[in-house]
Amino acid sequence: MAYPADRKYTKDHEWIRIAGDTGEIGITDYAQQQLGDVVYVDLPDVGRKVNAGESFGSIESVKAVSELFAPVSGEVVAVNDQLKGHPEVVNTDPHGTWMIKVKLASPTDSGALLDSSQYQSHLG
Amino acid sequence: MTETIASDLRKTPLHARHCASNARMVPFGGWDMPVEYSGITAEHIAVRTRAGVFDVSHMGEIEIAGKGALAAVQRISSNDASRLQVGQAHYSALTTFDGTFVDDMLVYRMAPGHFLLVVNASNIAKDYAWIAAQVAEAGEAAAVDSSSRYALIAIQGPAALGVVQPLCSTELAGVKYYWFTHGEVAGARAMISRTGYTGEDGFEIFVPPNMADRVWQALLESGRAADVIPCGLGARDTLRLEAAMRLYGNDIDETTTPLEADLGWIVGWKKESFIGHERLREQKENGITRKLVGFEMIDRGIARHGYPVLRDGKAVGVVTSGTQTPYLKKAIGMAYVPMDLTAAGSEITIDVRGRASRAAVVPLPFYKRVTPQET
Repeated sequence: MAYPADRKYTKDHEWIRIAGDTGEIGITDYAQQQLGDVVYVDLPDVGRKVNAGESFGSIESVKAVSELFAPVSGEVVAVNDQLKGHPEVVNTDPHGTWMIKVKLASPTDSGALLDSSQYQSHLG
Repeated sequence: MTETIASDLRKTPLHARHCASNARMVPFGGWDMPVEYSGITAEHIAVRTRAGVFDVSHMGEIEIAGKGALAAVQRISSNDASRLQVGQAHYSALTTFDGTFVDDMLVYRMAPGHFLLVVNASNIAKDYAWIAAQVAEAGEAAAVDSSSRYALIAIQGPAALGVVQPLCSTELAGVKYYWFTHGEVAGARAMISRTGYTGEDGFEIFVPPNMADRVWQALLESGRAADVIPCGLGARDTLRLEAAMRLYGNDIDETTTPLEADLGWIVGWKKESFIGHERLREQKENGITRKLVGFEMIDRGIARHGYPVLRDGKAVGVVTSGTQTPYLKKAIGMAYVPMDLTAAGSEITIDVRGRASRAAVVPLPFYKRVTPQET
């Protein structure tokens, strides 16, 4: 699967697609492959402040649990409720499935993130 | 965490087949094993509704033979092997002097004076050292680690009989649950056992290592029309947990006894004596302080191995296994809890990564097949 060029990536395998002052955050195809079948996504409430590099939730597959790390600092303005009933869409459409939308604390915050080609080099 | 170098890991005779089939390989108990082929959920559902084929060649085989073989097995094993007829097997504990588990195992009676013990992969060396020492002391029998002489392939699920029978000269329908027979499977000399670790009907087929790939391929070919698929250790774990079968190293170990693990039925109380029996009798008479129970989460989340069971904010027990099960679609698990929390319906609190989450104690197993084959 290709890693879209319209977004930035973390070394922890999250992606963020920024439009204006908000960003949609999800996990990469590589991450969902490593996890296996996703059965539960634990996300924060709207209004929660998150800091770049800190955990904002967790994702569980049949075999393991992983933390979700915020690529940027900001405030959660939307949570994808579809994931409550259908967490498996993370496996079937990882790059089309955002988990939270964040209002960025600083618009330049994403500078340290990887672009698509850097992320693919990171994967090796 | 230390990374295990792949080349240090042991490989089963089917290793090349797994790699060629693009299975996801992981280190398990010192072996490089397939954890999943098409995905844990798909494999789990296949076994519950059709059948799945598993490479479990990493399991160990230890054989005890000689005039004193029965006496030796009776000494090291908690269950009563004198009740086994030739061709029959049972589940048992290899016990320490404290009545705890050196390992859990299946004991097969091959002949009046010949037993085969199937033990956990990660415990083969420990078990063999323990067994060889005890057998030497008992005399008139010898123990041999024959693990490298067997590949072990399991086919599990309601379609299993229909898949194996066309490949096999021996009639299998008459082989009862926890009995075994000998015959040829796809031209390979085989011991065919109606046992498994999934809660489904099925067979575990012991074949010479050089025949493993041929038998594996034949089973998948024979099962093609029924959509029988290869499965990995991931589905094996979720399947065994739904069936409430204990996993050594998770649910049972050298600190837990069969009574605490709610496996009193594998203790042969009528036997004269065996290693650890004093402790088990003492526990039976005076009672135990904790027991393994099944639970279902009430709150959202999944309780996993090692998570504490809380009372008044303090740990009073521990989760030993837990997952979201693909077939029942519930977050379930097993935990050791104090005796006053063991009744079905009791509410327990589990520390799920800092969040106190409620769960209900439920009877085991979580899943039982509708039309059991055992008679």
